[in-house]
Amino acid sequence: MTNLLSPSSDTSPPSGVSNDDRGGRPVTGALVRSLRTSAPVIPFLVYITLGLLIPTLVIVNLAFRSDNGKFTFSNIHAILSGGQYLTGFENSVKLALVTSLVPALLGTMIAYAIAESKFEFVKRLVATASGVLANFGGVNLAFMFVASFGASSIVTGWLSRLGFNPWNHGFDLYKLWGVAFVYMYFQIPLMVLVITPALQGLRPAWREAAENLGASRWRYWRHVGIPVLLPPVLGSTFLLFGSGLSAYATTEALTGGTIAITPIQIGAYLQGNVISGEEHIGYALGFGMIVLLLLSIIGYVFLRARSSKWLQ
Amino acid sequence: MASVVADNIVDFELPLVAPEATKRRRIRWGRGLLLWLAAAYFIIPLYAALKFSLQNINGKFSLSPITAIPSQPGLGAAFFLSMRLAAVTLAIVLFLMVPTMVYVHMKMPRFRRFMEVVTILPIVIPPIVLILGVLEASPLWLKSSPYLLSLMYVVLSMPFVYRSLDSGLGALDVKTLVEAARSLGSSWLSTIWRVLVPNLRSALLSATVLTLALVLGEFTMASLDLWETLPVWIVDFDQTNAHISTAVAMISLLGTWVLLTLIVSIDRSSSRRRRKNRIS
Repeated sequence: MTNLLSPSSDTSPPSGVSNDDRGGRPVTGALVRSLRTSAPVIPFLVYITLGLLIPTLVIVNLAFRSDNGKFTFSNIHAILSGGQYLTGFENSVKLALVTSLVPALLGTMIAYAIAESKFEFVKRLVATASGVLANFGGVNLAFMFVASFGASSIVTGWLSRLGFNPWNHGFDLYKLWGVAFVYMYFQIPLMVLVITPALQGLRPAWREAAENLGASRWRYWRHVGIPVLLPPVLGSTFLLFGSGLSAYATTEALTGGTIAITPIQIGAYLQGNVISGEEHIGYALGFGMIVLLLLSIIGYVFLRARSSKWLQ
Repeated sequence: MASVVADNIVDFELPLVAPEATKRRRIRWGRGLLLWLAAAYFIIPLYAALKFSLQNINGKFSLSPITAIPSQPGLGAAFFLSMRLAAVTLAIVLFLMVPTMVYVHMKMPRFRRFMEVVTILPIVIPPIVLILGVLEASPLWLKSSPYLLSLMYVVLSMPFVYRSLDSGLGALDVKTLVEAARSLGSSWLSTIWRVLVPNLRSALLSATVLTLALVLGEFTMASLDLWETLPVWIVDFDQTNAHISTAVAMISLLGTWVLLTLIVSIDRSSSRRRRKNRIS
């Protein structure tokens, strides 16, 4: 397997300075000065280059290589022409959409309800709990849900004693929507965490002003609350989208990799379960995810800029 | 995953409702219902897993899964591997990020915006894609070492570390502190170590705990890089006795929770002390 990028991967960070010197002499002086002031951040930039940028570029490069190293679109074409890989992307996007939109709504409502609560104790409990649970996931989470919502589990037992066994009514923890149900367990706390600072931006004075001017509760939300909260809520939703799209460990532990979503397919590729002749499909899948996530990042940055402008 | 975890935990109170507003407070059934449903959703799986981890193979209550933990084959090795990785990760990430961020806060405020965006990336770029590229790009000597994982965990923990340090530094007047220390003849190293680090204690603590939580829970990269860390061991072990692996999972979850709560309360009590000192 050829790979063009890896031999050069340990070289120094890209220097954007040298190719700019035909512009004029005073510019170089300024450049040298700004280079000197920015010298202390170079280790950070080098680390990010080596640990984040180069691996990403390697994947992008290999996504467009055939098995003998020639440039080709065939990997991308193989994904886009249908079949299991396209299904994987479809499922992943569906999963990410559901596990970002629903938790975004619920998380905002919960965060707001908690923020208005008078009980200091509840607030602190929810704060630490969402810190822990947002980081939670993977194996431990999968176990918890198998023990509580699995086919022979506690909740299923309770419900079937009431005469309603959800497993007989289309509920299946090991299918796509079952996985989505499990993802809520870290996505909702994540939303509570990221949206809380934005709720802080909703000043009590605005509400008092609206009430003093005779605005109803609905009008306050329509003209003040929602316009202020919408950009950060949308931004956080993008973040949740990325997190839902990339979650691998939870699904892998829960379903043993039987579900067709892209991260699972990449995992299978890395573990060597590859059809011969498709050695580079894994990279193309990775590239596809990067493209999807780039789109979500662009949205996030854009909405973030909007929201901070609004809140000033 | 969670980016803004650290700073939000530390100051979560929102003065959203003015005291007058509570006068005309209605009973809000919808809100109550929502909160109770959410509580049930979050508490029931915890309860179920705890109950399950305190059962023997016949389904009777028993402490045997807990007492059997220390003698499980491979667990000790997996635990120590995770611990070593955690220590190395933590050392690298703090040595990399603390000086950089102090400097950026002092001299390059515009660079903060860039760092903020860059440190979001590891949350959204899937670890599974990242490890794919890393395994392809890294030289063989690095690939055969478990510390490749540490190097990658540094990248993964950057979002947490950046955000907790950023909020910690934002609360300080870094410039004045540093200039005061420097003009009194302190070297850069001792300025960071003896002036800034004590002031950043709670930010550093939360960065530390979140990094530890990440490293001790990370499964994707470790399993694909074929190292048996603690989470990988839990999954592999599942095949034989699910009660014991659930017990291990519960212990690691509750352990993290206790640690985070401790840090929040340490921070609270110290900030209360600070406030009291200022009044007297």
